[in-house]
Amino acid sequence: MTKPADHRSLLSWLQPLLLWLPPVLFLSLFYFYPLGSILQVAFERSQAGLAGPFYEVFSSPGIRNVIAFTFWQAALSTLLTLLIGLPGAYLFARYEFRGKSLVRALTAVPFVLPTLVVAAAFNTLLGPRGWVNLALMDSFHLLLPPIKFTNSLTAILMAHVFYNTTIILRMVGDYWSHLDPRMSQAALTLGASPLKTIQHVTLPLLMPAVLAAALLVFIFDFTSFGVILVLGGPRFATMEVEIYYQTISLFNLPLAAALSIIQLTCTLGLTILYTQLSKRLQRPLSLRPVKYTQRRLRTWQSRVFVTLFMGVLLGLLTIPLLSLAARSVVSLERGPDPSNTNPQFTLAYYQELNQNRRDSLFFVKPINAIGISLAYASMTVMLALALGLPAALTLARDQDWRLNRWLDPLIMLPLGTSAVTLGLGFIVALDQPPFDLRASPLLIPIAHTLVAFPFVVRSLVPSLRSIRPRLRQAAAVLGAAPSQVVRQIDLPLVGRALLVAAAFAFSISLGEFGATALVSRPEYPTVPVMIYRYISQPGSLNYGQALALSTLLMIATAVGMLVIERLRLADIGEF
Amino acid sequence: MSGLSILDIRKAFGEKHALRGVSFEVPQGSTLAVLGPSGCGKSTLLSIIAGLEAPDGGDVLWDGDSLARIPPHRRNFGLMFQDFALFPHRNVFGNISFGLQMLGWEDQKINSRVREVLELVGLPGYEKRDVNTLSGGEGQRVALARSLAPQPRLLMLDEPLGSLDRNLRERLVLDLRSILLASQQTAIYVTHDQEEAFTVAGQVVVMNAGRIEQIGSPQEIYTYPASVFVARFLGQSNLFAGQVLQAQSGFEVATPFGSFPVTNHPTGPVTVLLRPDALTLDPGGQAQILGELVQLDFRGQTCQALICVNGTALRIDFPSSTSLPGIGEQIQVSFNPSKTLLIFHESEEPTRASVCP
Repeated sequence: MTKPADHRSLLSWLQPLLLWLPPVLFLSLFYFYPLGSILQVAFERSQAGLAGPFYEVFSSPGIRNVIAFTFWQAALSTLLTLLIGLPGAYLFARYEFRGKSLVRALTAVPFVLPTLVVAAAFNTLLGPRGWVNLALMDSFHLLLPPIKFTNSLTAILMAHVFYNTTIILRMVGDYWSHLDPRMSQAALTLGASPLKTIQHVTLPLLMPAVLAAALLVFIFDFTSFGVILVLGGPRFATMEVEIYYQTISLFNLPLAAALSIIQLTCTLGLTILYTQLSKRLQRPLSLRPVKYTQRRLRTWQSRVFVTLFMGVLLGLLTIPLLSLAARSVVSLERGPDPSNTNPQFTLAYYQELNQNRRDSLFFVKPINAIGISLAYASMTVMLALALGLPAALTLARDQDWRLNRWLDPLIMLPLGTSAVTLGLGFIVALDQPPFDLRASPLLIPIAHTLVAFPFVVRSLVPSLRSIRPRLRQAAAVLGAAPSQVVRQIDLPLVGRALLVAAAFAFSISLGEFGATALVSRPEYPTVPVMIYRYISQPGSLNYGQALALSTLLMIATAVGMLVIERLRLADIGEF
Repeated sequence: MSGLSILDIRKAFGEKHALRGVSFEVPQGSTLAVLGPSGCGKSTLLSIIAGLEAPDGGDVLWDGDSLARIPPHRRNFGLMFQDFALFPHRNVFGNISFGLQMLGWEDQKINSRVREVLELVGLPGYEKRDVNTLSGGEGQRVALARSLAPQPRLLMLDEPLGSLDRNLRERLVLDLRSILLASQQTAIYVTHDQEEAFTVAGQVVVMNAGRIEQIGSPQEIYTYPASVFVARFLGQSNLFAGQVLQAQSGFEVATPFGSFPVTNHPTGPVTVLLRPDALTLDPGGQAQILGELVQLDFRGQTCQALICVNGTALRIDFPSSTSLPGIGEQIQVSFNPSKTLLIFHESEEPTRASVCP
């Protein structure tokens, strides 16, 4: 008896391998190699050997506090985000009401904004010279701002909640909207009280989605950088911020490397946990189409409740941004009485953006910075799609292939790696042969692609998985070669998800700051780098310009996201 | 030989054996039906023939050459899926022309071929229609046209009428037969419906649990089912536990409704089948059964009588015009044991149907 299966099983091995080749090569070259190099350099510098820096980390009470604070603020932020996000997810999942898709689109805007813009936005609202404090000082003739918002834990927590609520709304909300409401109804008819029903039926069913979303939020808060740097002030530092200080200000590379490794280990553990949970999230739980699970609001109480809650949610998510935009067109003339400010409409900050008053060598007009940012973003999109698509294809099709179970968490790693460490790794590893890329404009899109790539994969896999295998088989039987099947069936059918993925890559590149700050060349800054330049210089003019530039970036991002939300299929993607 | 040969195909999914050595042949130009209950391995078999799955053992041959190394898109086999698997992002023309585009045909040739097959399936002028707006019957015809368009060497139809309602099915199965005949298409038709199989195919393969139970013409299979499974699957309900004994005059089989002579059978427990249409009211038959008429079901051309003999229920089909005694009265039927009594050397649990209500 012949064994005709041989070449086919070989082919079924070869195909995923070939698909993995570009992303794995890319990650090896631009993630593992720089990361390894910087860690190696760091530990070579250590006079106390390999264990020395770790000993330093754990023996220094200051740094121990940083680690403890990193966990503490991440846990607290995640909890608060869940508190705000879960009721919202419930309302989005179970009810049909007017303006829902607009609210959904708006909640997505903060997520893709650069951290610096978000931090600046909160400052304009609640900072010492923010709207609230100014109004209070004016009303009560106070000499000092009554609300101490900046440099407080509250500021950090609010910004994190502001940022990540949309993850809960989307991941949990989408899942919830497909849960069969008859299960809760069955529990109710079996005599369970509404509270018991939630406890014993709804929550257990929802748990995988809640946990996966919470973990992702936790990872984002855990590696938070820009928010802490600008809103936390010198009193607060996460590990990421400490890595930045140790590297840039103290040149203590070994300690920074030790911290990076600790951070990476924590996020790796969390990432593996997350991918395990997302796998469970994929399990179909007799999911129902949305039209069977959603109701209209019937009673006036429910209408009032939804309106109030959505109002609070929208307020929380949009007021800081509106405040930022408003502040960028207002100058605050300081009168003789310090408690009395005199807001005046002005476009001076915007005009000033085009002036090079100090004849700085590295001056770049905002229009050019935006152009540079857009060019980097376009390159990032192409690169991230070119690498993400093959990875997503094999993850979606060869689900049982053992290597895929290993590679799946691996590609999420860059998301949890210290951007500062990675940026340094780029400088150390890629400025000498064989890879002399320091002068290359490709370095920034490459760095951005590392962050965008996991997003691209995560948004493509679910919709690729939703294509019925029958369609591919039908095409194959009709004579389509495997590459033709991808071109004729897969790509047209996931067209919109592809667009979403592209948009994620685009906005991630537009907003990325941590790695860019380290590897960007001064004459080609991106918009966030320019914003940071203005913010870090004293004077209200610089501050105003930072706000003006932030507003421009925010408008660009928001318009992009609204366009995407229009094109977005109802339930594509995990994000 | 020219055509398709299946040689001892085996396939397991983990512990579950989907196919346990299946062999048959489909000569060029003929239609073969694969008949069996759901889960018997029919669809796996089609996937293997199409090259979508690799068998664990055995081989698929065309004109005597092994296809093991030919990937699905080079086999030039058509496969029509039960759910049609029409490409939702292409219209009717885009679906039917897909295979032709893969062959690299010129646009003009593609246009005329699409028109041709649409006429063949009775949907002329449907080129621009959105496939998502087609009715079940239209979808079935478009799927058929799509499979036929590239003129495959072999067309496989996987429960092509399974998702349609009965009325439509009965009409379409006749259309299908004439289309297959008109185009002299070599075809394999997979179904769980015996009427479809018998209507469409000249040869029928009956499958059960990954094995072939019987291969034969529809008449052979219906008249002489080769196993209890086939008989039961074809809806034969008069199956009884019996015993073959050696009597003075030769062999005879003891059944709940009497003992009848049989020729040369090994003795022991057997299952006996009495086909419902093999009994008549004619008093001159070789064997007689006397029972009580307990139920009469009118079915159109025939009516089925339920007759109770010694506590065992026997179903008998009569032409509706037959004048039968009233319910509760005695009735005598006769049959020819050597022709209509089938004996299987498999023990069969007596079913509930054989017990009097």
